[in-house]
Amino acid sequence: MKHLIKNLFAATAAVSILASAALAGDTPKRGGTLITALGNTPRVLNPAVQSGIVTGFPGAQLFASPLRYDEDWTPQPYLAKSWNVSDDGLTVTLNLVENAKFHDGAPITSEDIAFSVDVIKAHHPFKSMFAPVQSVDTPDAHTAILNLSQPHPALMLAMSGQLMSIIPKHIYGDGQDPKNHPRNNVDLVGSGPFKLVEFKQGEHVILERFDDFFIEGRPYLDKIVMRIIKDPQARVIGLENGEIHLSGFESQPRNINRLKKAAHLTATPEGYGAIGPLDWLAFNTKEGPTSHVKVRQAIAHAVDKNFILKAIMFDTAVEANTGIHPDSPFYNGNVETYPLDLDKSNALLDEAGFPKDSDGIRFGLTIDFGWPGVKPQVEYVRAALKKVGIDVTVRTSADFPTWAKKMGTMDFQMSWDTVFNWGDPVIGVHRTYLTSNIAKGVWSNTQGYSNSTVDEILDIASKEKDPEKRKALYAEFQQIVAGDVPIYFTNTLPYHTVYNNKVGNPPLGIWGTSSPIDMTYLK
Amino acid sequence: MALLYTIATRIMYAGILLLAVIILNFGMMHLAPGDVADSISQSMGGADEQVLNEIRATYGLDKPFIIQLGSYIGKVLRFDLGYSFFYTQPVSQLIFQKLPATLLLVITAQFLALIVGVFLGVYSAQRPNGISSHFVSFFALFGYSAPVFWSGLLLLIGFSLHIQWFPVAGMRDVTIEGNFFEETIDVIRHMVLPVITLASIFLALYSRLSRATMMEVLGSDYIRTAKSKGLTDREIIYKHALKNSLSPVITLAGLQFSAVVSGAILVESVFSWPGLGTLAFESIIARDTPTILGILFFSALVVIVGNLLTDLTLRLVDPRVRTNK
Repeated sequence: MKHLIKNLFAATAAVSILASAALAGDTPKRGGTLITALGNTPRVLNPAVQSGIVTGFPGAQLFASPLRYDEDWTPQPYLAKSWNVSDDGLTVTLNLVENAKFHDGAPITSEDIAFSVDVIKAHHPFKSMFAPVQSVDTPDAHTAILNLSQPHPALMLAMSGQLMSIIPKHIYGDGQDPKNHPRNNVDLVGSGPFKLVEFKQGEHVILERFDDFFIEGRPYLDKIVMRIIKDPQARVIGLENGEIHLSGFESQPRNINRLKKAAHLTATPEGYGAIGPLDWLAFNTKEGPTSHVKVRQAIAHAVDKNFILKAIMFDTAVEANTGIHPDSPFYNGNVETYPLDLDKSNALLDEAGFPKDSDGIRFGLTIDFGWPGVKPQVEYVRAALKKVGIDVTVRTSADFPTWAKKMGTMDFQMSWDTVFNWGDPVIGVHRTYLTSNIAKGVWSNTQGYSNSTVDEILDIASKEKDPEKRKALYAEFQQIVAGDVPIYFTNTLPYHTVYNNKVGNPPLGIWGTSSPIDMTYLK
Repeated sequence: MALLYTIATRIMYAGILLLAVIILNFGMMHLAPGDVADSISQSMGGADEQVLNEIRATYGLDKPFIIQLGSYIGKVLRFDLGYSFFYTQPVSQLIFQKLPATLLLVITAQFLALIVGVFLGVYSAQRPNGISSHFVSFFALFGYSAPVFWSGLLLLIGFSLHIQWFPVAGMRDVTIEGNFFEETIDVIRHMVLPVITLASIFLALYSRLSRATMMEVLGSDYIRTAKSKGLTDREIIYKHALKNSLSPVITLAGLQFSAVVSGAILVESVFSWPGLGTLAFESIIARDTPTILGILFFSALVVIVGNLLTDLTLRLVDPRVRTNK
């Protein structure tokens, strides 16, 4: 009931926002082809079996999810016109819209919801999203009831964006492996606002308006062309000369600042709150000097975040003090932040039992990095730690898998890393800190961090129904981690969405381009 | 008879060479730490350990090296290059999809470079110390030594951004749905900048080489004879000297042409040209072993066939090669 009332409010709010937009003369217009850029080739277009940001953009247009989110992290109806979480938190009922169809004309029913949950549970890389879902009941064609083994508040975000794509049972249920299903990239039958015209790997994804989309009058665009352009400079020139209307996930500070200067373009960091990309310095907390908490704190005091933000990020990124993105409602910036203080750093290192030798060196450390873009940060860390007597050797990896192997097996001392939140902390945050997830491949708990209080807090928070209590739990978690410093958090990744000013309603919600752009139009 | 013998031995060597290429490359790929499961995990923003192990099991990466190698060689012998882990389709299909774009780019660039290069070389050989000759040398050397990602970008900034004559990336504009003629024009517009970038590398080689050989030929006795007969400069150069100075240039062109993939990797990446070079680059980054091996196998094949064809062409052009076995 509470949810229904909330929905009603949200719906009213949405209507009034639309109304005011209309008054301002920004009436959405039907038609037109939006040219966008993808920075990489999607491996598979079906987000039920493939996560990631390049699959997210086309994936969220091709497939609809039960919910969508507004800019304030409030769930909104999408394929589910309403939903209800039982008081004990163990059943979630989705009431589906009745007129929704797949691109081949077949109706979208609760059977498809149940099937999609099964496929995602079995094949999606993020197991924590649907792990507590025991079964899905389908009492009628438009009601799906998810039965949970424990309350699972993360389910709400996991039912939105690219995370819960509803795929047709009559196509993917033919017994073939959904991961390598021939219709993941060709002859694709989706449930979203746009249908697939052509996907050429390395070239483009072309989408066309689905005329039978269940929301009346939408989408506004006739066509979306996603050009796959790997070279960031080429994308910049394409945006500047007007060939490309919109590009998400632009992350090179110099390019962003250059694009900001173009009068016909807007570059904004909005729209990345749910993806939540963070840059950080990771420590091996199990072995070597970095297993001492004082050493890690000393390193934190010697590495100047301001330098990184100003000299490397050119003010395109913001400071991050915890493992939760500052745009998330769970962010708690009120933690130990380790401002630059070389005296304190030296004192901590002395206390930890690492005095300077006659050359002024205390000990040596290695630092790894997985992709060339973060070399400046790594070089800066080397220079900064020299000042407190730590002799850092930079270890370059030939490519990503080489680095991933080192991280996954904890064969490192320090490493620069970028990790995404993926909506709810249960999905993308817990994995970095749980004792049960130590050294399980790249982007697991590669720090070897183990704190029973943290394990307990995260466990309770994953089941806590009350949003305020949950928030308090995560606040405490962030404080403890900031004190233990298994990771020194520095900044958000400066992802920007850059769009031509003739694009109306660009996707700037919490999921950015990984959400349906059925409301985007060309002026 | 000698020709048949040459071809037969060449084919035998080619078989051994190809086997060595496969084993060597497979071994090298295997030695590198990490695997395709890691790069798939990267494309997905991380993955649960269980998922990573499933990927490894699906592609047989959990089996011992020798078994993986054996099954791969077995497949290649049956003309099957395997299945791409990353692109989820057969490798041979992937290669033949991308090949036309690369051939179009490389052949056009080669011909442009060959014609312009030989012309410039011949021209500057006539007055080796003239200002224009030095200019040609400088120009050629500049084109050769400038890194393509830099010269390519410079061209992009110049002719896509400031003077908006040419599109920035790709091979065609999918928003243009015209007739055959319009689409051809569109492809040509997309080709101009990458072709110039790629040709500028070959151009230097051809112009320098043809300049050197032409100067050598121009100093020989029969040219003096031709001069004393009263032939014009033009007749001497194009009727007598050019033919004799061409054979090293053809050898070079043949060798260069064989390097279809390697030459185009960077240019294709800068211009997002949808060819083999981009595919090679992407599959290396993704650690997609079957695709990398498939491309290397294919390139080795092209090099071998290319060398054979170069030899045969030389026999046609230059009688001296025909006589000494």
